[in-house]
Order: sequence, then C-alpha cells, then structure tokens
Amino acid sequence: MAAFVLRRLLIALPTLFVIVTLAFFMMRIAPGGPFDGERALPPEIEANLKAAYNLDAPLPEQYLRYLGGLLRGDFGPSFKTKDFTVAELILTGLPVSMKVGAGALVLALFFGVLLGTIGALRQNSAIDHSVMSLAIIGITIPTFVTAPVLSLVFGVYLGWLPAGGWHEGSLGALILPWIVLSLPLIAIISRLTRTGMIEALRSNFVRTARAKGLPEPVVVIRHALPAAITPLVSYLGPAAAGLLTGSLIVEKIFALPGIGRYFVDGALARDYTLVLGVVVVFATAIVVLNLIADILYGLLDPRVRYS
Amino acid sequence: MRETLLEVSDLRVHFPVRGQGLFARPRPLRAVDGVSFTVHAGETLGIVGESGSGKSTIARAILRLNTPTGGRVVWLGTDIARLSEHALRPLRRDLQIIFQDPLASLDPRMTVGDIVAEPLTVAEPELTREARRERVAAMLDLVGLSPQMVNRYPHEFSGGQCQRIGIARAMVVRPRLVLCDEAVSSLDVSIQAQIINLLKRLQREMGLSLIFISHDLSVVRHISDRILVLYLGRVMELGPAERVIGLAHHPYTAALISAVPVPDPAVERGRPRLLLEGEIPSPLDPPSGCVFRTRCPKAQARCAAEVPALVPRGTDEAHLAACHFPNI
Repeated sequence: MAAFVLRRLLIALPTLFVIVTLAFFMMRIAPGGPFDGERALPPEIEANLKAAYNLDAPLPEQYLRYLGGLLRGDFGPSFKTKDFTVAELILTGLPVSMKVGAGALVLALFFGVLLGTIGALRQNSAIDHSVMSLAIIGITIPTFVTAPVLSLVFGVYLGWLPAGGWHEGSLGALILPWIVLSLPLIAIISRLTRTGMIEALRSNFVRTARAKGLPEPVVVIRHALPAAITPLVSYLGPAAAGLLTGSLIVEKIFALPGIGRYFVDGALARDYTLVLGVVVVFATAIVVLNLIADILYGLLDPRVRYS
Repeated sequence: MRETLLEVSDLRVHFPVRGQGLFARPRPLRAVDGVSFTVHAGETLGIVGESGSGKSTIARAILRLNTPTGGRVVWLGTDIARLSEHALRPLRRDLQIIFQDPLASLDPRMTVGDIVAEPLTVAEPELTREARRERVAAMLDLVGLSPQMVNRYPHEFSGGQCQRIGIARAMVVRPRLVLCDEAVSSLDVSIQAQIINLLKRLQREMGLSLIFISHDLSVVRHISDRILVLYLGRVMELGPAERVIGLAHHPYTAALISAVPVPDPAVERGRPRLLLEGEIPSPLDPPSGCVFRTRCPKAQARCAAEVPALVPRGTDEAHLAACHFPNI
C-alpha cells in the first residue's frame, strides 16, 4: 500500500511538470502582457518593469527560472497585485475556498446519498419521481442563477442571512455558498447513488442478506450501500478537487476572498505567475484527491488490491 | 408418521406484467399456480422441473423473498404467508436457503468469518463475540473449510468452497428446514457429489429437513426421499423417490426420466427415448385443462376441457399424479 502511494506520487511529478509547461507557454502565446492598460505606458517605464520582473529575458530562460523557483517552493511575485507574492495570495485565499468547498461537499454527499437511496428503495413511486425531477432541475439550473436568486431572497428580501461577504468565515456567510455549490452535486450524486442502489438491491448477496433474516435497514446500509456508492468514489475525486479549489462564480457573487476568482482574473490580466500558481494548486489537488479516491476504492471493495 | 414441519397449500405466486400498449391492464404471470405439498421432519423433498417451471419462485415464496399471491404456507401451525416482516423474523432462523450462484450470493465486501457470523447476530444476539467466533469456526470445520480462512474474502475461494461457505452461513443458526435452490447446478460433477454428500451428512447430524430444488433429475433422485415434479407452476406428480423414478405415472415425468443418460452405452443405445415437442408454454397464457397437454404424447380432448386433479392413481396412497391418462 505504501509503495503504491509512493509510486502514484512519483508518477504525479511528470504530470504536474507537463501541466505547468503547457500552462506557461499557453499564457505566453496569448496576446498582450501584464503591463498593457488603457493607455500605453512610456517605453522606458515598460522596459524597466519588464526588467524588474525578468520579462525581458528570452522565453526559455524565463521558463527555466520559473521552474527553478517552483522547485524551491517559490511561486514568484504577482504582477498585478503588487507587493504580494503568488504564494501569499494563494495561502490567504485557499483556506477560504476550502472551507466553502468542504462544507458543500459534505452537504452534497449527505443529501445526495440519502435522496438517491430513498429513490431506489421506492423505485418508480411518486417520491422517486419527484426526487429525480428535482435532481434534473438541480443539474440544469446553473449556479450563476441559483446564487443571485438565493442571495436576493434570503439575503435581501428576508434578511435571514448575509447577502454576501466573508464576515470572517461566520456560519451565516457560509450557508448560502454551501447550498449553491452543493445543489448540482446533490443532483448528480443522488442519481449515481440511485442507479447503483437499484442494481445493488437486485444483487444475489443482498438477497442472501434478506434470507439471513437481517432487518431491512441493516440489509440496505451494511450490504447494499457500500456496493451502491463505489461508482460514486471515482466521480468524487475530480469533483472534490474542483470544489475545494474554489468556484469563480460563487466567490464572485458572494464576494468571498477565495482563490477561484484568481484563475479568471489572473488570466484576463495576464498575471502569468498567479495563473500558473493556481494551476499548480488545482493540478495537485486533482492528483491527490484521485489518489485518495483510489485508496477509498480499495477500502470499499476488498477485491481491489494495489501492489 | 413423522412431525409435519411445513405445509404448503394452494400456493399461488403471480407477477403483474405490463401489457402491450399504453393503457393495457397488467396481466398476471402465473409463476406458481396452486401448488400443495408437505415437508416432514428429517426428510428431503426434491423439486424438479424445467427452467421457468416455478421451482425457485416456490422457494422464495416460502421464505417470503417474494410475496405469495394466494394460498397458505403453514410452518409448525402458523401461516407465514401473511405474517408481517417483523413477526416473521424470529421464524427466519428455522428456515434457511442455499442459493445457486455461490460467489455472487456472498457479499464481496465481507470476510468469510463475518458472512457466517452475521446470521447469528440476528438469531442469537445474546452470544458474546467470543462465543460467536467459536460457533463460526466450528461451522466452517463442519463444512470442511479450515477455520483459519475466516479473514479471507469470498473471491479468494473456488466455486465449491464458496458453496461450502454458503452452506455454513445457512446452517450456523441451526435451522430446521433448508431450501437448496439449485445449490449444486453451477458446480462441476465431482464437486456436486462432494456438496451433496456434505448436505446429507449435515442433515443426518443436525436432523434437519431439506427441500432440494434442481432441474437435474439424477441429482434429485440421489438425495431425495420424495420427489415433486413441477411443470408451468403446477404439480404434475408427487411421491416417494423410488416410485416416481421407477413407476412414473405422469407422461411428463416419464419424459424427464428418459432424458437422463444411463452410464452404460449398451443400455443407453437400446433405450426408447421420449422426446417432448416444442417449448414450455408462456405462464402468461397457460393452456386450458392440463397445462402439459400441448406437449403430451397422450393428450386427448378431455385434457383440454378438464384440469386433472392431483390424486393417487396407482396402488400407493402417497404417490399422486395429475393426469387423466396416467401410466400405471
């Protein structure tokens, strides 16, 4: 097991290298630069700025310097948010994004698995159909619709929760982002759970569990559920990575100081180092969470063996 | 006369099947239609029939894995066909089942020890963990598996070993009746013999009754005291094993027996072969009168008009057949 984890992490290094390389050169292919504005800067000033940030060196040299810095854990300075390094920006924003994402993930897992199980147990009943219709609605309505609507209703009209803002991470400020982020996930998870559960409930070993005389809740929770949610695990790896590293839309609409917005803001402003920093964080999260998903897979199904 | 454990009378299991067209009413699929038999303490009742004759449905209806549509399933004086799931639970301990597909019937996520121990947690919750472990080890030993295997998972075992695990799981609560639903059909012949001998030995040692369901007449005749022949959800013939095999009254039973090869080429070549024409009819639309008449070599007009009663046709009161023109 330890050897498996170690090998997977070693394989992850070349993956990250390729991602960083691609992102680095793609950013540079895009026209414009970090210091282009409404008004062109005087050439001397622009030359000075470029020299200060080492942007006047040949591209291969810049690339190697950046890689060297990365290996030492140096993400470089942000070109746009002066006086801040990329590492500082990410380290202040990431905990916010993770807090928002983790809460949404827990909510989505709990309600998704619960609703999916209820749907499967009452297959083709009115409850099943209404839960699954809600799931379709949850998948189709985008977060940029649910976020402002919920903010308007609960934040502005009813005034029960703050309409936006971080408020030092108070629970009230987190509830609406959690709900908005978890709704589409609840929908997908409940559909995946329902499908897996229907199949599991028909399987022979569940029939055996019933023949043993086990009470129905034990049959469902102990025997059917682990089989039903196994397919969920492989979906959850990348989904969790997306959630934990922040959502641009939700962070913009609720004015949360996470890192989701850096990705698009940075790309638009040609803040090369910031974009690359976020890419590295996101790629690492995907690699790590997929690894966790694989390990979970082995725990849920003893037939899966890693060597 | 030995004690009657189980008395099934006029058991019916119908499944609603949606008809063609948008507003068609569901039609009943008559999987089991009016089956009656008894099982006495310590005996083995064999149930034979083709695929789709309703053998497994009977087993599941007795255990209430399916809900019977009609009829009575009387277990030691109580009709369990109508009991609530809750009221049924204490009785489940006495009635156990061994399934056909040995590997798929075991939860792949549980160790063998947990699989065999789990029925005890419901049947005898007062047992300590230690006592439970001992019972499991003793049971594994009894079915010929090493108790050191408790921490392994089902997929690490062969088909025959998995079936031994299935048997241990069924027997560990000391049931009084075990239903073997095609319990050896997916195993190869040498393993079949081992498992059948194991079942016979356990039956002797634990004094339990068996209902042995199979499509393989040669297996059923080897293990059964009495044999019930099923066709399209109805009983064709029921009687002591040696009489049903040796003196088959019903043309269907005779055809089944003639399909079993004799392990002597000279005899086998000289034997008349009764071949049945066509397929088993649809249980959605069973033939009128005797359900077997569409394939019966002896069928006459009366067979379409009148359902034959299941009554003694020969000299033995215990040997019943549902046929207007039995071979006597």
